[in-house]
Amino acid sequence: MTIAHDEDGVMSTGDRLIYMANQIARNMASEGRERAEVMVADHIRSFWDPAMRARIGQLAAERPGALLPIAAAAIARIAQP
Amino acid sequence: MGFTRETDHGTPPAIATGRNITLTIDGESVTLPEGTSIMRAASLTGTAIPKLCASDNLESFGSCRLCLVEVEGRAGYPASCTTPIAEGMTVHTQTDRLKQLRRGVMELYISDHPLDCLTCAANGDCELQDQAGAVGLRDVRYGYDGATNMGQPKDQSNPYFDFDPSKCIVCSRCVRACDEVQGTYALTIEGMGFGSKIAASQNDAFLSSECVSCGACVQACPTASLIEKKVVETGTPDRAVVTTCAYCGVGCTFRAEMRGEELVRMVPWKDGKANRGHSCVKGRFAWGYAQHQDRILNPMIRASVTEPWREVSWDEAIAYTANEFRRIQAQYGRLSVGGITSSRCTNEETFLVQKMIRQGFGNNNVDTCARVCHSPTGYGLKTTFGTSAGTQDFDSVMHADVILVIGANPTDAHPVFGSRMKKRLRQGAKLIVIDPRQIDLVKSPHVEAEHHLPLRPGTNVALLTAMAHVVVTEKLYDEAFIRERCDWDEFQDWADFVSEAARSPEAIEPLTGVRPADVRAAARLYATGGNAAIYYGLGVTEHSQGSSTVMAIANLAMATGNIGREGVGVNPLRGQNNVQGACDMGSFPHEFSGYRHVSDDGARAMFESAWGVKLDHEPGLRIPNMLDAATDGTFKGLFIQGEDILQSDPNTRHVAAGLAAMECVVVQDLFLNETANYAHVFLPGSTFLEKDGTFTNAERRIQRVRKVMAPLNGHADWEIVQLVANALGLGWDYAHPSEIMDEIAALTPTFTGVHYDRLDAEGSLQWPANDAAPDGTPTMHIDGFVRGKGKFVVTDYVPTDEKTGPRFPLLLTTGRILSHYNVGAQTRRTANTAWHPEDRLEIHPNDAENRGVKEGDWVSLRSRAGETTLRALITERVAPGVVYTTFHHPDTQANVITTDYSDWATNCPEYKVTAVQVGLSNGPSDWQEDYADHARQSRRILPVEAAE
Repeated sequence: MTIAHDEDGVMSTGDRLIYMANQIARNMASEGRERAEVMVADHIRSFWDPAMRARIGQLAAERPGALLPIAAAAIARIAQP
Repeated sequence: MGFTRETDHGTPPAIATGRNITLTIDGESVTLPEGTSIMRAASLTGTAIPKLCASDNLESFGSCRLCLVEVEGRAGYPASCTTPIAEGMTVHTQTDRLKQLRRGVMELYISDHPLDCLTCAANGDCELQDQAGAVGLRDVRYGYDGATNMGQPKDQSNPYFDFDPSKCIVCSRCVRACDEVQGTYALTIEGMGFGSKIAASQNDAFLSSECVSCGACVQACPTASLIEKKVVETGTPDRAVVTTCAYCGVGCTFRAEMRGEELVRMVPWKDGKANRGHSCVKGRFAWGYAQHQDRILNPMIRASVTEPWREVSWDEAIAYTANEFRRIQAQYGRLSVGGITSSRCTNEETFLVQKMIRQGFGNNNVDTCARVCHSPTGYGLKTTFGTSAGTQDFDSVMHADVILVIGANPTDAHPVFGSRMKKRLRQGAKLIVIDPRQIDLVKSPHVEAEHHLPLRPGTNVALLTAMAHVVVTEKLYDEAFIRERCDWDEFQDWADFVSEAARSPEAIEPLTGVRPADVRAAARLYATGGNAAIYYGLGVTEHSQGSSTVMAIANLAMATGNIGREGVGVNPLRGQNNVQGACDMGSFPHEFSGYRHVSDDGARAMFESAWGVKLDHEPGLRIPNMLDAATDGTFKGLFIQGEDILQSDPNTRHVAAGLAAMECVVVQDLFLNETANYAHVFLPGSTFLEKDGTFTNAERRIQRVRKVMAPLNGHADWEIVQLVANALGLGWDYAHPSEIMDEIAALTPTFTGVHYDRLDAEGSLQWPANDAAPDGTPTMHIDGFVRGKGKFVVTDYVPTDEKTGPRFPLLLTTGRILSHYNVGAQTRRTANTAWHPEDRLEIHPNDAENRGVKEGDWVSLRSRAGETTLRALITERVAPGVVYTTFHHPDTQANVITTDYSDWATNCPEYKVTAVQVGLSNGPSDWQEDYADHARQSRRILPVEAAE
């Protein structure tokens, strides 16, 4: 999985957020699926501002295949009240 | 403080044995520790025995024969510097015979010394002159007609000091200082007897020799033989103020020696607990930037970055700034603005910037340059130990038996601590270096690493986990420590994980390129060699798994019980002078001062009560997120204090695009830096010499910064922030930085005992300094971890996505060089450019030959993010397949090459791994030429119209 840069060497915010979420998920995957989902969700809640969280929620809906399963599940958890 | 020399007791303190000795000196009974020299004993009781070759930062030498004494019952006249005190000893320091002997010795010295005291630069500050007076020399019987060493040419090659061999008395203090204090061994005594003279390297000029210009020799010289050029030009100082260096995270304290408001020299303070009287070329000499002609002293504004700057009054600049931020928030929303605090500014200034953002902007969009260096340290050590900081003081290294250095180059980036470390290594401590490059510590005079593991960049986690595999599978862990201090279940999970065959040194060799036997040997040494301490730097943090690497380090330390006492620990070597402090002060978008999350209702209530506003409970944007939001059109205003993100942050095009998309960028700095090319307001900053405050170094040591001259720009940085804050309507009324520190103490549990009167009395305090630790905390986690039980974290190796391939077959890693600091804004404006006028690309001879590259050729350096050109330096310091460069010069813009990849937990950029290709080039790239033109255009300043 790589970052797609455009011709200016700068990637889009949406691509970056997806990349970041997946990267967190990959680094927590060794904790086991269920625990990793909780940890990824906690991490994103703790360190991402509300607009970033909202955006990744939209992206999860718009581009369902872009997120790794752990990342997708974590973002679904964040969306829960 | 007026001008008084620091007392020199002649020899160092005795190594503690716990036993005391009672003796009589000049009729007075004295009791002192065993091992103390007679010279030191006399000095401590108020008797200054004449001396020339002795100094209390050097081992005794016994060469000058001036410090002779008489000891009852002993024959002859022993040198007091080399003779230890003994029980019942009776010493006489002044007798007729001693007077006669000393005069005879001094007469010989003076017979070969120019008698130009009145015009000598050291007149009044010369130990030879003082001692001639002390021994009562009145005449030289030998005349001056015979052969002498006078009239020899001076070596003035070094930009900061001169060497005049005619004034040398061959006391060897300079040679010993270079050996014992600095550890470079650049100086020697050439020749014998009358022909003896000091020589640098193989009788080279100082500038071209191995000398690193730390200044230890100049400080040690008892005459004017080695003397600062500034003293020659200006004269001797008449007052001294103790303050703290504004370069790296070692936090050396200096006596700023002044004449009026002119700084004559910076002399390392012997009582400084971080540097113990030592210095490097930057802190000692490279402070001329403070008066450099490039400094901007008047505020400036412009509506568009394509326009030239217009100088305005402070009132206009401040009002414009406040109006713009308020306009932007009204138009685009509360979250559309933010700020960046500076790790170069004081704790007080940093605290004020984040306060202005949280209280005045009403959001948590504050970040700091630690984002791009040690944010993974904060995350990793808080997760595992409970505190976002190193565990030891610097003195601790002198108790280490094994020193593991990973991803750090202390002799270049933290040179004063590097010298301490080398001293301990010369005493016999064993060294393990984990680094892709053969840094100087791997092999230098009298220091050689037991193991150098030259791993492939980006594989730190795999290697450290393999070391953990050895520790666990060979049962080298400290079970008692783990059971008492850590979570045993988490340890077992971690132990199971690292024990898997896939994590053995043999299994990971294809990833790391390190021989399994070396990994196993290094792990065994670390686990079983006695006190083992880990020191690490940006080669750990600036990776896509920076936080994981920090936690892998913490795991190793906990597993082997190397935490919680002197000589061990986990020690991040922080980059900038106050990067620890900037983090402590609440510069991150998710934390208040003292590392309390903004969602912590109790902490937030404390700040809301003190500041009288409702605070946001949601984390704000990090720097790269601010830039993304800017390109998306939702983030429009940025206040940047003392940080050059265009040069220092990764993927320059991304940074430029973000800045260009904003409507108001405010830069508060000394110079029109690269970021200022995209700024609308420039607020001239003040140097560390021009303000009061505190810095916190890498060992959590809070030290005073003291104003020695008025700010050339008219205001200290904290005053400027207060002006902006008040223009935003915040109603601040700080009269002095001490009042800001009082507020920090009131709001930060780890700082409750930190006040200026205590800092002045103690010299420094290491946080936590509070009711539980009134004198501060040199060593952390002694009785237990701050978080309770130490937490083992499973750190799976996840390879970086930055891959080499046919287009980009080499790996670029970046770093610093001794003579320059960070983006070079300060050091490039000093004579330090004599050593490093440009960034070079280090490339292995094999890789160079394959590309037809010769030494000094211009080469293009291309990555997926961009391209630049620079000249090649062919060296075996880098392994085949790896290239290296520094990022000190904006003409090179090494960060045009670095990518958007970053640490998974903190977004700390992956500076240390970029896939690149190198090829021959004709000179600067089109991009570099375009950028140079853009920078010239952006720095235009309209001439001020003459008043009617």
